[in-house]
Amino acid sequence: MKLSIGSVTKPGSTRINKTGSWRTFKPIIDIEACIGCGTCSMLCPEGSAYKDNVSGKYAIDYDYCKGCGICAQECPVKAIEMVMEEK
Amino acid sequence: MEIMEGSRAVAEAVKACRPNVIAAYPITPQTHIVEEISRMVADGELVSEYVRVESEHSAMSVCVGASATGARTYTATTSQGMALMHEVLFNAAGLRLPIVMTAANRSLSAPINIWNDHQDMISERDSGWIQLYSEDAQEASDMIIQAYKIAEDHDILLPVMIGMDGFILTHVHEPVELCSQEKVDDFLPLYDPIQYLTTENPLSFGTIVYPNTYTEFRYMIHEAMKKAERKIVDVASEFQDKFGRYYGGLIDTYEADDADLLILAMGSVIGTAKDAVDELRSEGKKVGIVKVRCYRPFPAEAIVESTKDAKAIAVLDKNISLGYEGALYTDVKSALYGKNGPLAMGFVLGLGGRDINKKTIKNIVAKADKAIKSGIFEAETEFVDLDLEVL
Repeated sequence: MKLSIGSVTKPGSTRINKTGSWRTFKPIIDIEACIGCGTCSMLCPEGSAYKDNVSGKYAIDYDYCKGCGICAQECPVKAIEMVMEEK
Repeated sequence: MEIMEGSRAVAEAVKACRPNVIAAYPITPQTHIVEEISRMVADGELVSEYVRVESEHSAMSVCVGASATGARTYTATTSQGMALMHEVLFNAAGLRLPIVMTAANRSLSAPINIWNDHQDMISERDSGWIQLYSEDAQEASDMIIQAYKIAEDHDILLPVMIGMDGFILTHVHEPVELCSQEKVDDFLPLYDPIQYLTTENPLSFGTIVYPNTYTEFRYMIHEAMKKAERKIVDVASEFQDKFGRYYGGLIDTYEADDADLLILAMGSVIGTAKDAVDELRSEGKKVGIVKVRCYRPFPAEAIVESTKDAKAIAVLDKNISLGYEGALYTDVKSALYGKNGPLAMGFVLGLGGRDINKKTIKNIVAKADKAIKSGIFEAETEFVDLDLEVL
């Protein structure tokens, strides 16, 4: 695909920009411990923590999670663990 | 022809180009330009959106936003104001927005100084803006009209800044011939953007790109710069055909054909140098001038070609890259590298508004003469008229 003048594109270009590849530590949610309070979702700077409507618990969209760790730090029941990502 | 202030001559040319949006913050010595345009808009002489911003960073940001919607935009600034615009200047070029700006060239702080040199524009050399320097009020005015035609060309799409020496040109009253609206409309078509923001067709401007394409985007700007060399020359000729005035293409020459010594400089000092050269010629000295009108893209080829038969060149810089030398001198030497060109000497002068008169030029010519005869320079770069007593 040819590059556009000035890198001007159709909106939504950040959707194809999978920032999950920037991550060093990966948040793992312990579903048993999660109380579904939504603190992680409210504080996530990327909007990557979302509610699973079936379980009522929270999950992470790893395509965009940059691994900042705010969710793990702020989880009131410490249900999120940051684990070194290995490839 | 009418006697008018340089700033008004510029404002009248801006009006004739019918910009849709003007955003500016007043700063000495640019003030008279934007005051006059503001008056034109307030009095209904110019139908345009005049945005009073709180800083130059905002002035350039408004121009970027407006230009992205396909509007023709204009601003003017100088010195600290241009320094405050710095990051937005790079964005305007990177987003390929054909904004036109006048720079009422002034020194940079500290110490604070409101008078003329070229440090403001030289310090934005690598921003991706086309840089043109004007010799007198007429040229500063006419270059506005040419600048839009260059900037908005689909092969170019780059912003253009036009330097006019602060006070020396902004506040001088000179005979100026204004271009009629009818002729300007004929010369300068409406801006036809290749991509622009509307609510029906939203776009993203300012996206992130990764290491795999950033180089290519920079290369595209560089290529557009190279194409601008041809375009600047062509537009100068088209302007001559239409309006009868010509200032040269990327460079202009004066008494240069048989000259042993050539003076290279930019801006209003060329006028003084021409007077000095006339007097020196009447004494039989073979001295000429190469007026560098376009600093970016840098006219390396034209400079090599115009100086190849001279024995020496004296490059005058109203700026200093502290720790090295004048910026024009560096670029000229780089252009001459490996070309078997003339001896080159650099002179830093006119900083912070220090007068350059005919005597200054003649002293430089005398030094160059001496160097030609002896084959050695006293100093490769010299601070002209440096007052050693106060140091």
